[in-house]
Amino acid sequence: MKYSAYSIFRQALSGNRNWDRAWREPEPKSHYDVIIVGGGGHGLATAHYLAKNHGITNVAVLEKGYLGSGNVGRNTTIVRANYLLEGNEPFYSQSLKLWEGLEQELNFNAMMSQRGVINLYHSDGQRDAYARRGNAMRLAGEDAELLGREEVREMLPYLDYDNARFPIHGGLLQRRGGTARHDGVAWGYARSADSRGVDLIQNCEVTGIRREGGRAVGVETSRGFIGCNRLGLAAAGNSGRVAQMAGMRLPVESQVLQAFVSEGLKPFIDQVVTFGAALFYLSQSDKGGLVFGGSLDMYNSYAQRGNLATVESVMEAACAMVPAVSRVKVLRAWGGVMDMSMDGSPIIDKTPVDGLYLNCGWCYGGFKATPASGWCFAHLLATGETHELARAFRLDRFTRGTQIDETGHGAQANLH
Amino acid sequence: MASLITCPHCGIRPKEEFSIRGDARPVRPAPEAKFAAWDAYVHSRDNVRGVMEEHWQHVGGCRRWLVVERNTLTHDVHGVTDAADYTRARAASASRAGTKGRVANATKRRGNI
Repeated sequence: MKYSAYSIFRQALSGNRNWDRAWREPEPKSHYDVIIVGGGGHGLATAHYLAKNHGITNVAVLEKGYLGSGNVGRNTTIVRANYLLEGNEPFYSQSLKLWEGLEQELNFNAMMSQRGVINLYHSDGQRDAYARRGNAMRLAGEDAELLGREEVREMLPYLDYDNARFPIHGGLLQRRGGTARHDGVAWGYARSADSRGVDLIQNCEVTGIRREGGRAVGVETSRGFIGCNRLGLAAAGNSGRVAQMAGMRLPVESQVLQAFVSEGLKPFIDQVVTFGAALFYLSQSDKGGLVFGGSLDMYNSYAQRGNLATVESVMEAACAMVPAVSRVKVLRAWGGVMDMSMDGSPIIDKTPVDGLYLNCGWCYGGFKATPASGWCFAHLLATGETHELARAFRLDRFTRGTQIDETGHGAQANLH
Repeated sequence: MASLITCPHCGIRPKEEFSIRGDARPVRPAPEAKFAAWDAYVHSRDNVRGVMEEHWQHVGGCRRWLVVERNTLTHDVHGVTDAADYTRARAASASRAGTKGRVANATKRRGNI
């Protein structure tokens, strides 16, 4: 069923009782050409592009919970392409272009809103760093504008410009950045993949990877063995556990990141704004709630919830940047398990096990990458060759010394 | 996570006094060790889901390095050992087992939680 103004009108006439289900709930078959482990944003996007770009529809996506129950429904919905390094920026640039056409492609309202992303700077040194980043973005064909203090003030009058410790000197603006409704993205990809014949199998936990002669031939699951020709892992925070089933240790640590939503307010924050003095990012949803988050809790965790010390530091950053929010009530807080890689950049690559492919290490920047990640991972699964945009995201780059370390922190996962 | 941590030197203290470094299991290779050993030590992780031994430092107290047993799934804290005692116990256990490096069961002196 195509979603359109006409379909809404027509369904309204019958009391909205006749909408089709957005996707089937099939029983798993005994064998697929491709199995993708993980029914989150990246797994579902991969299934969609496998079917659409490569015509491979004998595909299953296995999800241990319900579709989109992991990080794709837990992030702060920010879409941007403001990276510095050559290995990253063309990939995220392509991702942003895919975002721009996503809703038409999927026939699904993902509420993509290109409201602009502003990174604030607070010192001369930080301004120079942002100027360099902005230049790198423009060299890669992206839009970037370095704004002075008064230009930012015009757009964001409510910030604390004269904060004694962190005065705001200006910001780096990417106008095409913004937000998208994260659940809608997962659902849109799921519906599109399903309509092309992909089996989306929920409540199906992978418990083992069967190998024969050094080749992955299928997965043991809570619903029995399922065979495959090619196996793709897109398990985000649980990547380490799944890879361990194939005898691999990854350059990844799972850590918890928290996010928050406030009570609904009248519109007063039009862009996505990030604080340069601490890791803090803020936007306002269409319902009026402020959506914001900060840094990791800084310890390994699979718990999907964090601790109060981090909550306090996030609230402090919020009040330092926008004093007006100091009496706003927080409605909800939650955590997600991040697959923090050793250089802060992702991995989309073959593995030493034949037929086994890996998509992980998204740290806490995986949401914006969803379309391009699916695009490149589908290419890898379909052709066995790395997509040009993901050629830097190799699994062996740590051994070879070709890390893509945006922040220059070295092999300490939680600092990226 | 437990709000209170029993430091073997300072007694019961709030957890905010401590800073967490990460997995305590990997053993730093010898300087002349092969590249692969260093690569594995620096880059690869077991990424434990369950009880993990972690290096913590009591930065707001005695500044000693500690090894804390913590469950990464539930955040429960099970035991606290001084890092020096932990390392000695592992070395002794390794020499008894006649193996180098990774040891399955290091003995620990547990704090009262």
